[in-house]
Amino acid sequence: MKNPADIWKGFKDSRLFWPLAALGIVLLFNLIFTKDFFVMEIKDGHLYGVIIDIINRGAPLMLLSIGMTLVIATKGIDISVGSVIAISGAVAASLIGGKLEYVDGVQKLVTLVPMPIAILAALFVATVLGAWNGLLVARVGIQPIVATLILLVAGRGIAQLITQGQIITIYYNPFKFIGGGYLLGFPFTMFIVAVVFAATIYLVRKTALGLFIESIGINPVASRFAGINVSKYIFSVYAFSGLCAGIAGLIVCSNVSSADGNNAGLFIELDAILAVALGGNSLDGGKFSLVGSLLGALVIQSITTTIYATGVPPEITLVVKALVVILICLLQSANFRAVVFAKWGQNRGIAHESTIAK
Amino acid sequence: MFKGIRIGAALLAAAMLILLAGCGASNQGATKPTEKKIVLGFSQIGAESEWRTANTESIKAAAKEAGIELKFSDAQQKQENQLKAIRSFIQQKVDVIAFSPVVETGWDAVLQEAKAAGIPVILTDRAIKMSNGNPEDYYVTFMGSDFVEEGRRAANWLVDFMKQDKADVNIVELQGTVGSAPAIDRKNGFEEVMKNHPNYKIIKSQTGDFTRAKGKEVMESFLKSAKADGQKIDVLFAHNDDMAIGAIQAIEEAGLKPGKDIIIVSIDGVKGAFEAMIAGKLNATIECSPLLGGQLMEAVKDLTAGKQLAKRILTKEGVFPADVAAKELPSRKY
Repeated sequence: MKNPADIWKGFKDSRLFWPLAALGIVLLFNLIFTKDFFVMEIKDGHLYGVIIDIINRGAPLMLLSIGMTLVIATKGIDISVGSVIAISGAVAASLIGGKLEYVDGVQKLVTLVPMPIAILAALFVATVLGAWNGLLVARVGIQPIVATLILLVAGRGIAQLITQGQIITIYYNPFKFIGGGYLLGFPFTMFIVAVVFAATIYLVRKTALGLFIESIGINPVASRFAGINVSKYIFSVYAFSGLCAGIAGLIVCSNVSSADGNNAGLFIELDAILAVALGGNSLDGGKFSLVGSLLGALVIQSITTTIYATGVPPEITLVVKALVVILICLLQSANFRAVVFAKWGQNRGIAHESTIAK
Repeated sequence: MFKGIRIGAALLAAAMLILLAGCGASNQGATKPTEKKIVLGFSQIGAESEWRTANTESIKAAAKEAGIELKFSDAQQKQENQLKAIRSFIQQKVDVIAFSPVVETGWDAVLQEAKAAGIPVILTDRAIKMSNGNPEDYYVTFMGSDFVEEGRRAANWLVDFMKQDKADVNIVELQGTVGSAPAIDRKNGFEEVMKNHPNYKIIKSQTGDFTRAKGKEVMESFLKSAKADGQKIDVLFAHNDDMAIGAIQAIEEAGLKPGKDIIIVSIDGVKGAFEAMIAGKLNATIECSPLLGGQLMEAVKDLTAGKQLAKRILTKEGVFPADVAAKELPSRKY
């Protein structure tokens, strides 16, 4: 039997402590300053409240952070996910088509191709784009940030090409379920994230995959000599990151029933990287925590929602967000804590001495 | 020493280029304005909405019709891209440069370069500010809608529609992109009218970046925080239709009826807004017409023919309440 102090110490030293603490701080702030932040009610047979919003809005980011965690664990980075979101949404929207037809005053649901095919096509394209990144990194040997930069820049152009520069509005109601539907009272996006998360956890923790990825991140050369097919695994994590971005793209597109090549997922790749970092993962690769990344994504979305809820003037929202993020990053840094706490103790000591001298 | 010569040579080459550019521009303007095809360089903001796309199409079609060679560049919402495009127009020595500035400020250097190259600049649909000097010295005309007037029209329509003189009317506002001319002016125009109606109160205001996704996200938050504060939202004023369309979804998900429980007025008059009005989910849209292609080409021709242009050319626009939506929708071009 462990005694409570040991359990606390184990928890405090675990890598999930600080991500959890960060989320806790943001939520605590809301508990005190934002009225009814945690209130949940049932509306039209589903849960309704700020917390549900955070989960719902944060779903694309959470999905991205799952894929990004694995990429970063191999010492890579994928900055193309925002563009892949735009492309995935564009593919789905253009295949479903933006036609609004009324027959005797009742909307008739029309699609160019059946919805499941449109969805599969979007996911397929996203995975292929991820695989393209993987090819450039694993086979051609281009640095990850450069390799994925290509798609970051070109991707929005591809999305525009697919939508012909238009915002395609989708009137086919069943498609709205992906990003705006509810299952058993919970947002459907939550189930999507849960399934992807569970599948990923199973793959990396119940098989040797996670171990391989970590060892590649720590030392690719040694891993290769140990018999791990390094380039195969690197290729796979990028393809997987593309798939995650594809799913996120469907959610983003479905949520507002339109595909916007310019703005869908704009700058979200930075949030995804931040989520992984806030989750206590090292951008230098190696050991990783998927739960941490999910928590990081939730922290980011909570900050955004908090800013809206507290009515921060639009001119300074980004500054506020930046300050909060910096603060959380500093708190997570062991070095910073050591310095601050040491300083703090020292200062007290000096102050004490100076009062004595007086 | 060698370096000095190289710099000297470069300077000389640059000076010659500037001279050449100056000559080219004046020759085209003075001697044979009709024989050579007029070249217009146009830098568009992007394709962020149906409105913008209609604007682009109107300009492209009008240029074709008028026999003007159009060099079109899409800035994808980034000022740096617009600066690049305008600089390349100057390099290519186009006859006229037109652009729709993505933000109000930061144009000083590039406009000075255009002026130095002797290329007239037309602003379309958005105004600019200069850090020093009068911006009017740097463009020949500003063509487009009066955003302040649109804000006023939205407010006037609302006051007229609500017929509330005493009881409080709580308004939430979805602003456009922070710092953009339409966001600033529409807000000012709206507030200007509301000053005379103190019972109308803007209780919450946040930017939705002119996009549906942000409009929806911010509206979700408005609905909850208003409820927490015990306030009832009576009216939504959105700086563009797309944000209103996003917000409508948020309102529906909150179990309220957009257009009834919350009166919604937005600006632009895109097709989607008319569809929403027919469905009874939007109450009015204030037109902000993007179809200025014809007027723009006319201005370009006048300019190359040496005519003076008015400093401000307004586009023709109206106000469309929901009851005329069904009649108007078929004739909408954007």
